Amino acid sequence: MPFDPDKSYRLHDRVALRPEPFGALAYHYGNRSLNFLRAPELVALVRSLGDHDSVRSALSASEIDERRWPSFEKALASLARSEVLVAA
Amino acid sequence: MEPTDVIDAPEAELVDTDTQAVGEDALVEDELLVEEISIDGMCGVY
Amino acid sequence: MTMTPSKPNSLGDEMKSGLDAPICLTWELTYACNLQCVHCLSSSGRRNPAELTTEECEAVIDELQRMQVFYVNIGGGEPTIRPDFWHLVDYAVAHDVGVKFSTNGSRIDADVARRLAGSEYVDVQISIDGADAATNDHVRGEGSFATAIEAMEHLRAADFGEFKISVVMTRHNLSQIDEFKALADRFGAQLRLTRFRPAGRGADSWHELHPTNEQQVELHRWLIDHPGVLTGDSFFHLSALGESLPGLNLCGAGRVVCLIDPLGEVYACPFVLHDEFKAGSVRDEGGFRKIWLESDLFTGLREPQSAGACASCGEFDACQGGCMAAKFFTGIPLDGPDPECVIGYGADLVAAAQGNALPSVSKDHSRTRVTLGTKPGG
Repeated sequence: MPFDPDKSYRLHDRVALRPEPFGALAYHYGNRSLNFLRAPELVALVRSLGDHDSVRSALSASEIDERRWPSFEKALASLARSEVLVAA
Repeated sequence: MEPTDVIDAPEAELVDTDTQAVGEDALVEDELLVEEISIDGMCGVY
Repeated sequence: MTMTPSKPNSLGDEMKSGLDAPICLTWELTYACNLQCVHCLSSSGRRNPAELTTEECEAVIDELQRMQVFYVNIGGGEPTIRPDFWHLVDYAVAHDVGVKFSTNGSRIDADVARRLAGSEYVDVQISIDGADAATNDHVRGEGSFATAIEAMEHLRAADFGEFKISVVMTRHNLSQIDEFKALADRFGAQLRLTRFRPAGRGADSWHELHPTNEQQVELHRWLIDHPGVLTGDSFFHLSALGESLPGLNLCGAGRVVCLIDPLGEVYACPFVLHDEFKAGSVRDEGGFRKIWLESDLFTGLREPQSAGACASCGEFDACQGGCMAAKFFTGIPLDGPDPECVIGYGADLVAAAQGNALPSVSKDHSRTRVTLGTKPGG
């Protein structure tokens, strides 16, 4: 299922988010995927997704500059492909 | 002393399709925010 | 005009200064082994009576859990011959530490395979070094290929799914690379090809067994063409040939990975079992965590490393001078070129160093000294 920023997503329950100076490591115990999240604002966004009805509304609620949203959506889509994020 | 030729370079036009031009002069580049590396992708492990 | 942000560091650059916990690590559970592979990186064979006890192993796992180490690669020796092996695997999984164990397959029977198939967080890696018995048994001993294949058959019969087949690339088996892939495909397994370092007993046969430069170029091309094949990032020195292989492409030792040996001693990686690269012992006060965060060895490795003799080479950014284990055991200074430098800068240094006394392993648990006989196939 392709990533849809108008849908709601949450972190997969088999994923561990380990904070790091560069942002965070995301490890999926189920499929062994390892992702490097390279911005603290991305980590905060990912943690906030469960509280919103859509990715777009999570972005609106965040402090992230609108001009950067395409990059952030691309990042979330990538995490969805690894099943780090799943449709909520 | 010889006069130095001064050549005015034409204004460079920014036509990079990878960047998004919003507002007057602001440019925002594509950021690579997530990188996936295999858990096997670190040297020093067998 | 708003300036665009300057180019961010590559991921590798960020990892060089180390993290507060390893991402994963290798844990050799025992020096005991039923085989005597010629090139064993840990010089295994005899059990060491001072091995960590079950309780001490559990304490290490508890620490790894607290540090959020995601995954541990268990090896040895032959880890499955430790009586508490299954208990420790279960304990790790129950404490948020995923497990891959590396085995010669001798203890994987139908029951074990079924048990493994039922566990969600345990990965299995079977070691072979040839695509046929002649080539494999030449380095691993008679019957070892058959044992490995039997283990693979059991895993397949039990529907385990994708286990790993791991091969150390040598001069004798590199020509079999397509056959290794076919073998992995036959079992639905994931192929893993790794670099042969002059580590452990490997130092004795390294000059004879390490791939030629032509073979390295061929290997690099093949790996680019087969991106699904794992390498443990062990060929990052080949990046100097042009295209980088998938992975962090840097030496992870002391930065994102390390080794815990059967006695609880912590080394930078499994290929440098030598006092020079020993960071401490989990039996010391402060345990594993203190060693990882504060040991002189690891702190030193996390500082910017000098390019040394490689400073003027255009490929240094790609290869970063290669593997410190390979340099150390061939007598090349650590700020010098890799012995298998693809440009050729290492070859002379290796030859020159051969006359000198080279570092030898600090611990040798070999039961016998096995030497390489005639090349397989005559």
